[in-house]
Amino acid sequence: MSGDHRHEHGDHDHDHAGHVHGAGTTMAARVTDLVARLESRGLVTMANVDAAVTTFLAKAQPANAAALVARAWVDPAFAARLLADANAALDEMGKDTSHWARVTLRAVANTERVHNVIVCTLCSCYPVALLGPSPAWYKSEAYRARVVREPRTVLREMGVDLPADVEVRVWDSTAELRYVVVPLRPSGTERMSEADLAKLVTRDALVGTALCTAPSAAT
Amino acid sequence: MSRGARFAVGDAVRTREAPREGHTRLPRYLERRRGRVVAVHGDYPLADERARGEASEPRPLYGVMFDGAEVWGGAAQSPTTIVADLWEDYLEGA
Repeated sequence: MSGDHRHEHGDHDHDHAGHVHGAGTTMAARVTDLVARLESRGLVTMANVDAAVTTFLAKAQPANAAALVARAWVDPAFAARLLADANAALDEMGKDTSHWARVTLRAVANTERVHNVIVCTLCSCYPVALLGPSPAWYKSEAYRARVVREPRTVLREMGVDLPADVEVRVWDSTAELRYVVVPLRPSGTERMSEADLAKLVTRDALVGTALCTAPSAAT
Repeated sequence: MSRGARFAVGDAVRTREAPREGHTRLPRYLERRRGRVVAVHGDYPLADERARGEASEPRPLYGVMFDGAEVWGGAAQSPTTIVADLWEDYLEGA
Protein backbone atom coordinates (compact mmCIF):
# COMPACT_ATOMS: atom_id res chain seq x y z
CA MET A 1 0.00 0.00 0.00
CA SER A 2 1.34 3.45 -0.83
CA GLY A 3 2.48 5.51 2.11
CA ASP A 4 1.62 9.03 1.04
CA HIS A 5 -1.96 9.03 2.19
CA ARG A 6 -4.39 7.05 4.26
CA HIS A 7 -6.96 4.94 2.50
CA GLU A 8 -10.06 6.50 3.90
CA HIS A 9 -12.42 4.92 1.41
CA GLY A 10 -15.43 5.61 3.53
CA ASP A 11 -14.86 9.31 3.07
CA HIS A 12 -13.67 8.88 -0.44
CA ASP A 13 -11.82 12.15 -0.72
CA HIS A 14 -8.59 11.21 -2.46
CA ASP A 15 -7.47 10.86 -6.04
CA HIS A 16 -7.57 7.27 -7.28
CA ALA A 17 -5.67 7.78 -10.47
CA GLY A 18 -2.14 7.63 -9.17
CA HIS A 19 -1.77 4.45 -7.18
CA VAL A 20 -2.32 0.72 -7.29
CA HIS A 21 -3.77 -1.22 -4.43
CA GLY A 22 -1.73 -4.15 -3.20
CA ALA A 23 -3.08 -7.63 -2.69
CA GLY A 24 -3.38 -6.97 1.03
CA THR A 25 -5.97 -4.24 0.57
CA THR A 26 -9.43 -5.20 1.69
CA MET A 27 -11.89 -6.33 -0.96
CA ALA A 28 -14.29 -3.52 -0.06
CA ALA A 29 -11.57 -0.93 -0.64
CA ARG A 30 -10.58 -2.50 -3.95
CA VAL A 31 -14.18 -2.56 -5.16
CA THR A 32 -14.68 1.07 -4.14
CA ASP A 33 -11.51 1.95 -5.99
CA LEU A 34 -12.58 0.07 -9.11
CA VAL A 35 -15.98 1.74 -9.18
CA ALA A 36 -14.36 5.16 -8.72
CA ARG A 37 -11.99 4.52 -11.64
CA LEU A 38 -14.83 3.39 -13.91
CA GLU A 39 -16.90 6.35 -12.82
CA SER A 40 -14.08 8.81 -13.46
CA ARG A 41 -13.82 7.53 -17.03
CA GLY A 42 -17.53 7.86 -17.59
CA LEU A 43 -18.05 4.10 -17.99
CA VAL A 44 -20.52 3.67 -15.14
CA THR A 45 -22.25 5.83 -12.62
CA MET A 46 -22.81 4.93 -9.00
CA ALA A 47 -26.52 4.93 -9.85
CA ASN A 48 -25.90 2.19 -12.46
CA VAL A 49 -24.08 0.09 -9.92
CA ASP A 50 -26.75 0.60 -7.28
CA ALA A 51 -29.48 -0.33 -9.75
CA ALA A 52 -27.67 -3.50 -10.81
CA VAL A 53 -27.13 -4.56 -7.21
CA THR A 54 -30.73 -3.79 -6.30
CA THR A 55 -32.01 -5.84 -9.24
CA PHE A 56 -29.72 -8.73 -8.40
CA LEU A 57 -30.68 -8.79 -4.74
CA ALA A 58 -34.37 -8.56 -5.55
CA LYS A 59 -34.09 -11.64 -7.76
CA ALA A 60 -31.51 -13.60 -5.75
CA GLN A 61 -33.67 -15.01 -2.98
CA PRO A 62 -33.98 -18.37 -1.23
CA ALA A 63 -37.50 -18.51 -2.68
CA ASN A 64 -35.91 -19.51 -6.02
CA ALA A 65 -34.46 -22.69 -4.62
CA ALA A 66 -37.44 -23.25 -2.30
CA ALA A 67 -39.71 -23.35 -5.36
CA LEU A 68 -37.50 -26.03 -6.95
CA VAL A 69 -37.64 -28.12 -3.79
CA ALA A 70 -41.42 -27.81 -3.38
CA ARG A 71 -41.90 -28.87 -7.01
CA ALA A 72 -39.59 -31.83 -6.43
CA TRP A 73 -41.58 -32.84 -3.34
CA VAL A 74 -44.88 -32.95 -5.21
CA ASP A 75 -43.57 -34.29 -8.52
CA PRO A 76 -41.18 -37.28 -8.35
CA ALA A 77 -40.43 -37.07 -12.08
CA PHE A 78 -39.39 -33.44 -11.67
CA ALA A 79 -37.29 -34.45 -8.66
CA ALA A 80 -35.42 -36.95 -10.82
CA ARG A 81 -34.82 -34.31 -13.49
CA LEU A 82 -33.69 -31.80 -10.85
CA LEU A 83 -31.11 -34.23 -9.48
CA ALA A 84 -29.94 -35.15 -12.97
CA ASP A 85 -29.62 -31.58 -14.33
CA ALA A 86 -30.50 -28.72 -12.01
CA ASN A 87 -29.90 -26.03 -14.64
CA ALA A 88 -32.38 -27.68 -17.00
CA ALA A 89 -34.88 -28.03 -14.15
CA LEU A 90 -34.52 -24.34 -13.41
CA ASP A 91 -35.22 -23.53 -17.06
CA GLU A 92 -38.18 -25.87 -17.04
CA MET A 93 -39.74 -23.94 -14.17
CA GLY A 94 -39.42 -20.76 -16.18
CA LYS A 95 -37.36 -19.08 -13.46
CA ASP A 96 -35.98 -15.70 -14.42
CA THR A 97 -32.22 -16.16 -14.31
CA SER A 98 -31.35 -12.98 -16.18
CA HIS A 99 -29.63 -11.68 -13.04
CA TRP A 100 -27.45 -14.72 -12.97
CA ALA A 101 -24.01 -15.31 -14.44
CA ARG A 102 -24.76 -18.96 -15.05
CA VAL A 103 -22.83 -21.61 -13.22
CA THR A 104 -23.35 -25.33 -13.19
CA LEU A 105 -25.80 -26.02 -10.43
CA ARG A 106 -26.13 -29.40 -8.76
CA ALA A 107 -28.95 -30.39 -6.43
CA VAL A 108 -28.21 -33.10 -3.87
CA ALA A 109 -31.10 -34.80 -2.10
CA ASN A 110 -31.28 -35.77 1.53
CA THR A 111 -32.58 -39.27 2.21
CA GLU A 112 -33.23 -41.35 5.32
CA ARG A 113 -29.65 -42.59 4.94
CA VAL A 114 -27.69 -39.51 3.82
CA HIS A 115 -27.75 -35.90 4.99
CA ASN A 116 -26.02 -33.38 2.72
CA VAL A 117 -24.38 -30.14 3.79
CA ILE A 118 -22.59 -27.51 1.71
CA VAL A 119 -19.42 -25.56 2.34
CA CYS A 120 -16.63 -23.81 0.49
CA THR A 121 -13.48 -24.45 2.51
CA LEU A 122 -11.27 -22.39 0.20
CA CYS A 123 -13.36 -19.20 0.13
CA SER A 124 -17.12 -18.75 0.26
CA CYS A 125 -18.60 -20.12 -2.99
CA TYR A 126 -22.37 -20.25 -2.68
CA PRO A 127 -25.31 -20.38 -5.12
CA VAL A 128 -26.05 -16.69 -4.59
CA ALA A 129 -28.48 -16.34 -7.49
CA LEU A 130 -30.64 -19.12 -6.06
CA LEU A 131 -30.26 -18.47 -2.35
CA GLY A 132 -29.45 -14.79 -2.06
CA PRO A 133 -26.34 -13.50 -0.30
CA SER A 134 -24.74 -16.05 2.01
CA PRO A 135 -25.04 -15.64 5.77
CA ALA A 136 -21.99 -14.45 7.71
CA TRP A 137 -21.51 -17.81 9.41
CA TYR A 138 -21.21 -19.56 6.04
CA LYS A 139 -18.20 -17.38 5.26
CA SER A 140 -16.65 -17.74 8.72
CA GLU A 141 -13.41 -19.66 9.08
CA ALA A 142 -14.96 -21.59 11.96
CA TYR A 143 -17.76 -23.03 9.82
CA ARG A 144 -15.51 -23.68 6.82
CA ALA A 145 -12.86 -25.47 8.86
CA ARG A 146 -15.13 -27.34 11.22
CA VAL A 147 -17.94 -28.61 9.00
CA VAL A 148 -15.54 -30.84 7.06
CA ARG A 149 -13.73 -32.06 10.18
CA GLU A 150 -16.54 -32.43 12.70
CA PRO A 151 -19.76 -32.09 10.70
CA ARG A 152 -21.93 -33.88 13.25
CA THR A 153 -20.86 -31.53 16.01
CA VAL A 154 -21.41 -28.45 13.83
CA LEU A 155 -24.83 -29.67 12.69
CA ARG A 156 -25.85 -30.46 16.27
CA GLU A 157 -24.83 -26.97 17.34
CA MET A 158 -26.99 -25.59 14.54
CA GLY A 159 -29.97 -27.67 15.64
CA VAL A 160 -29.67 -30.74 13.38
CA ASP A 161 -29.30 -33.83 15.51
CA LEU A 162 -28.89 -36.77 13.15
CA PRO A 163 -29.18 -40.46 14.00
CA ALA A 164 -25.74 -42.06 14.41
CA ASP A 165 -26.18 -44.26 11.34
CA VAL A 166 -27.06 -41.42 8.93
CA GLU A 167 -24.11 -40.56 6.70
CA VAL A 168 -23.18 -36.88 6.65
CA ARG A 169 -22.01 -35.97 3.14
CA VAL A 170 -20.15 -32.66 2.99
CA TRP A 171 -19.96 -30.99 -0.42
CA ASP A 172 -16.89 -28.77 -0.63
CA SER A 173 -17.52 -26.32 -3.51
CA THR A 174 -13.91 -26.21 -4.67
CA ALA A 175 -14.38 -25.48 -8.36
CA GLU A 176 -17.01 -24.63 -10.96
CA LEU A 177 -20.13 -26.19 -9.48
CA ARG A 178 -22.52 -24.72 -6.94
CA TYR A 179 -24.58 -26.98 -4.73
CA VAL A 180 -28.02 -26.81 -3.21
CA VAL A 181 -29.56 -29.35 -0.85
CA VAL A 182 -33.00 -30.84 -1.45
CA PRO A 183 -34.22 -31.39 2.12
CA LEU A 184 -36.52 -34.20 3.17
CA ARG A 185 -40.20 -33.35 2.99
CA PRO A 186 -41.54 -33.24 6.53
CA SER A 187 -44.22 -35.73 7.45
CA GLY A 188 -47.68 -34.31 8.00
CA THR A 189 -47.46 -32.14 4.88
CA GLU A 190 -49.17 -34.55 2.49
CA ARG A 191 -52.14 -32.25 1.94
CA MET A 192 -50.20 -29.03 1.55
CA SER A 193 -50.05 -27.17 -1.76
CA GLU A 194 -46.81 -26.68 -3.64
CA ALA A 195 -46.89 -22.95 -2.82
CA ASP A 196 -47.36 -23.62 0.91
CA LEU A 197 -44.67 -26.30 0.88
CA ALA A 198 -42.20 -23.82 -0.59
CA LYS A 199 -42.69 -21.65 2.50
CA LEU A 200 -41.33 -24.48 4.67
CA VAL A 201 -38.02 -24.53 2.80
CA THR A 202 -35.61 -22.24 4.59
CA ARG A 203 -32.26 -20.94 3.43
CA ASP A 204 -30.46 -23.00 6.04
CA ALA A 205 -32.29 -26.16 4.98
CA LEU A 206 -31.06 -25.50 1.42
CA VAL A 207 -27.49 -25.34 2.73
CA GLY A 208 -28.06 -28.44 4.85
CA THR A 209 -27.66 -26.83 8.26
CA ALA A 210 -31.34 -27.12 9.11
CA LEU A 211 -34.22 -29.52 8.50
CA CYS A 212 -37.63 -28.61 7.17
CA THR A 213 -40.45 -28.93 9.65
CA ALA A 214 -44.20 -29.04 9.24
CA PRO A 215 -46.12 -26.07 10.60
CA SER A 216 -47.30 -27.07 14.08
CA ALA A 217 -50.78 -25.70 13.39
CA ALA A 218 -51.23 -28.07 10.43
CA THR A 219 -52.05 -31.11 12.56
CA MET B 1 -19.27 -36.44 -20.87
CA SER B 2 -15.70 -35.44 -21.33
CA ARG B 3 -14.17 -37.42 -24.17
CA GLY B 4 -10.62 -37.09 -22.96
CA ALA B 5 -11.35 -37.89 -19.33
CA ARG B 6 -8.80 -40.34 -17.91
CA PHE B 7 -11.06 -41.43 -15.06
CA ALA B 8 -14.64 -42.68 -14.96
CA VAL B 9 -17.28 -42.81 -12.26
CA GLY B 10 -16.31 -45.50 -9.77
CA ASP B 11 -12.56 -45.23 -10.36
CA ALA B 12 -10.26 -45.13 -7.35
CA VAL B 13 -8.01 -42.06 -7.40
CA ARG B 14 -5.44 -40.46 -5.15
CA THR B 15 -4.88 -36.73 -4.85
CA ARG B 16 -1.42 -35.33 -5.44
CA GLU B 17 0.34 -32.92 -3.14
CA ALA B 18 -1.23 -29.46 -3.28
CA PRO B 19 0.99 -26.74 -4.78
CA ARG B 20 2.71 -24.75 -2.06
CA GLU B 21 2.79 -21.54 -4.10
CA GLY B 22 0.13 -19.74 -6.06
CA HIS B 23 -3.58 -20.35 -6.31
CA THR B 24 -5.03 -23.85 -6.36
CA ARG B 25 -8.38 -25.50 -5.80
CA LEU B 26 -6.93 -28.61 -4.22
CA PRO B 27 -7.45 -28.03 -0.50
CA ARG B 28 -4.54 -29.08 1.69
CA TYR B 29 -6.75 -31.23 3.88
CA LEU B 30 -7.54 -33.37 0.82
CA GLU B 31 -4.01 -33.76 -0.53
CA ARG B 32 -2.54 -37.25 -0.79
CA ARG B 33 -5.86 -38.86 0.02
CA ARG B 34 -7.60 -41.80 -1.63
CA GLY B 35 -11.06 -41.22 -3.01
CA ARG B 36 -13.49 -42.41 -5.62
CA VAL B 37 -14.79 -40.59 -8.68
CA VAL B 38 -18.52 -39.96 -8.29
CA ALA B 39 -19.03 -37.52 -11.17
CA VAL B 40 -17.35 -36.46 -14.41
CA HIS B 41 -18.35 -32.84 -14.82
CA GLY B 42 -16.85 -32.02 -18.21
CA ASP B 43 -13.96 -29.77 -19.15
CA TYR B 44 -13.14 -26.47 -17.47
CA PRO B 45 -10.06 -24.21 -17.58
CA LEU B 46 -7.78 -24.92 -14.62
CA ALA B 47 -8.20 -22.30 -11.90
CA ASP B 48 -4.50 -22.50 -10.99
CA GLU B 49 -3.52 -21.35 -14.49
CA ARG B 50 -6.25 -18.72 -14.76
CA ALA B 51 -5.08 -17.21 -11.48
CA ARG B 52 -1.65 -16.73 -13.05
CA GLY B 53 -3.24 -14.92 -15.97
CA GLU B 54 -2.47 -17.80 -18.33
CA ALA B 55 -4.67 -19.13 -21.06
CA SER B 56 -5.89 -22.48 -19.77
CA GLU B 57 -6.97 -25.37 -21.95
CA PRO B 58 -10.19 -26.83 -20.51
CA ARG B 59 -9.55 -30.21 -18.94
CA PRO B 60 -11.64 -32.75 -17.03
CA LEU B 61 -13.13 -31.84 -13.68
CA TYR B 62 -14.37 -34.60 -11.39
CA GLY B 63 -16.47 -34.95 -8.29
CA VAL B 64 -14.37 -37.08 -5.92
CA MET B 65 -15.74 -38.62 -2.75
CA PHE B 66 -13.53 -39.26 0.27
CA ASP B 67 -14.35 -41.24 3.35
CA GLY B 68 -14.04 -39.22 6.54
CA ALA B 69 -11.65 -41.77 8.04
CA GLU B 70 -9.32 -41.44 5.01
CA VAL B 71 -9.16 -37.69 5.56
CA TRP B 72 -9.16 -37.39 9.34
CA GLY B 73 -8.16 -40.86 10.55
CA GLY B 74 -9.56 -41.78 13.95
CA ALA B 75 -10.89 -38.26 14.48
CA ALA B 76 -13.50 -38.66 11.74
CA GLN B 77 -17.13 -38.48 12.83
CA SER B 78 -18.15 -41.55 10.83
CA PRO B 79 -20.19 -42.21 8.86
CA THR B 80 -19.06 -39.09 7.04
CA THR B 81 -18.01 -38.46 3.46
CA ILE B 82 -16.61 -35.39 1.72
CA VAL B 83 -17.12 -34.62 -1.96
CA ALA B 84 -14.89 -32.06 -3.67
CA ASP B 85 -14.64 -30.97 -7.30
CA LEU B 86 -11.09 -31.63 -8.46
CA TRP B 87 -9.33 -31.22 -11.79
CA GLU B 88 -7.59 -34.18 -13.38
CA ASP B 89 -4.27 -32.40 -12.79
CA TYR B 90 -4.75 -32.99 -9.05
CA LEU B 91 -5.36 -36.74 -9.40
CA GLU B 92 -3.53 -39.97 -10.10
CA GLY B 93 -4.80 -43.51 -10.36
CA ALA B 94 -5.00 -45.50 -7.13
